[in-house]
Amino acid sequence: MTTVESAIGTTKTMVLNMGPQHPSTHGVLRVLLELDGENVVTAVPDLGYLHTGIEKSCEDKTYSQSITLTDRMDYLNPLGNNLVYCLAVEKLLGLEVPKRAQYIRVMMVELQRISSHLVWLGTHALDMGAMSVMLYCFREREEILKIFERFAGQRMMTSYIRIGGVALQPPAGWRDQVKCFLDMMPARVDEYEALLTENRIWQGRLKGVGRLAPEVLVACSTTGPGLRAAGVAFDNRKAFPYSSYEEFEFNVPTRTESDCFARYLVRVAEIRESIKIVRQAMDKITDEGPIKAEAPGIIPPQREKMKTEMEALIYHFKIFTEGFSPPPGEAYVAVESPRGELGCFIASDGSPKPLRVHFRAPSFINLQALPRMVEGQLIADTVACIGTIDIVLGEVDR
Amino acid sequence: MTQLADANASVVVEQLRSWNAKAVAQVVEYRGETTVVVPRELLRAAAQQCKEDPALNFDLLSDATCVDRFPLEPRFELNYHLVSIPRRARIRLRTSISAQHAAIDSLVPVWPGANWLEREIFDLFGIQFEGHPDLRRILLPEGFEGSPLRRDFPTEGKR
Repeated sequence: MTTVESAIGTTKTMVLNMGPQHPSTHGVLRVLLELDGENVVTAVPDLGYLHTGIEKSCEDKTYSQSITLTDRMDYLNPLGNNLVYCLAVEKLLGLEVPKRAQYIRVMMVELQRISSHLVWLGTHALDMGAMSVMLYCFREREEILKIFERFAGQRMMTSYIRIGGVALQPPAGWRDQVKCFLDMMPARVDEYEALLTENRIWQGRLKGVGRLAPEVLVACSTTGPGLRAAGVAFDNRKAFPYSSYEEFEFNVPTRTESDCFARYLVRVAEIRESIKIVRQAMDKITDEGPIKAEAPGIIPPQREKMKTEMEALIYHFKIFTEGFSPPPGEAYVAVESPRGELGCFIASDGSPKPLRVHFRAPSFINLQALPRMVEGQLIADTVACIGTIDIVLGEVDR
Repeated sequence: MTQLADANASVVVEQLRSWNAKAVAQVVEYRGETTVVVPRELLRAAAQQCKEDPALNFDLLSDATCVDRFPLEPRFELNYHLVSIPRRARIRLRTSISAQHAAIDSLVPVWPGANWLEREIFDLFGIQFEGHPDLRRILLPEGFEGSPLRRDFPTEGKR
């Protein structure tokens, strides 16, 4: 007969199951922890609870139909997902997007970056026991979602960026709304910092936790704020500019400590940089101009033209029944999502449906470094590490 | 002497050829991207060379994925996207493998980051990676039968 008493001292470690329903795993991540007392000996992440087969579904749809699927991968960065997919299709087609549409895209994805970092900051503070920060962050995020709603008609699953440009003209009065947000935001970021940066509990929970050397992070294919907090200034917007990012002035914030606190500081600094980019983008967007490329047979024609031109009507019918066929070949495009390098690889065989669509999901790949980060640390530090890797399970599992 | 539009790609091709004359089977340029096709038996050594040659310095394995060309043979194309952070350069390595012998050397000894990427390909395409330390399914449940991203697997699933 086994009693509790007789079991004492016979085993050195125990296995603890964390998730997939644990609130601090941000969705349905499951981590198996082998513990020696409070210390983690090994950690084994177990994924796939949210696998929806998006890559397979894309193979069965025309190129334009898949845009709505991309929204649902990283649901804190739907515009970024739209962007990387559309850039990849445009590269396959050899399509040039009008400058005005490119600037609108930059403005929207930078607003999205701010909103994603706000959700990260709010939820991470909640994990660390600072509940009020979440309420402040979500207050500002609401303003961004209102902007998205006016631009795209949708708050979260916007599908606003389309192949060849963006879906709609910016709405009337958008400048005032965005400007109002930008004027308010820097002071609000100061507020978050006032609550957290010098806070002793916050520092105690994050400083020196989850340290990894930059060489280890690069070897593990980590990108994004996690890598920049280790002193490696790798940002796709600077290293391989896309969508006219080379015309914008901004810094790539880095730290050298490579702990959870450094990752926090990098993200806060990125919010400030994004505000600068949105301001510049606003100045570059002219009041009038095209929002879509001119490409009959690929970009749906304007409603007005369909009423007067036979060809426009035929193209419209063909685009929405059989789609368009890029020439055979492959294209890979990488953008800087709030979480790191978000890539899209598309192989075309010359038919209206892609042969293969693959997303390089930064959350998925960054999560690989988790066991190295937490082994030897406390269970509570595991929560801090999962938080600062900043995963979105919709993207991890796709 | 290979003349390529992309100066970085010319360096890669030349360095690889001077290392091993058989290392580059073909060079494909499309839409500003360069793909270096490597024979399957040389993949790991060529990847090692790309990482360690100071003139190449591809320190980050950004992505690895597979394309199924069914019913063509060799059926599977493996694509590895490499990034050199210090040189701000990208290159794609590609190798083809057939359905009869769907296996290839793992790149985990070169880049530990290949671990989950290869597990994902194993999971969804059923390709074996030789020398992989932990080759298990990653996204699908343990008992799942078949490789859903193969082209002969129906999108609605098998009933």
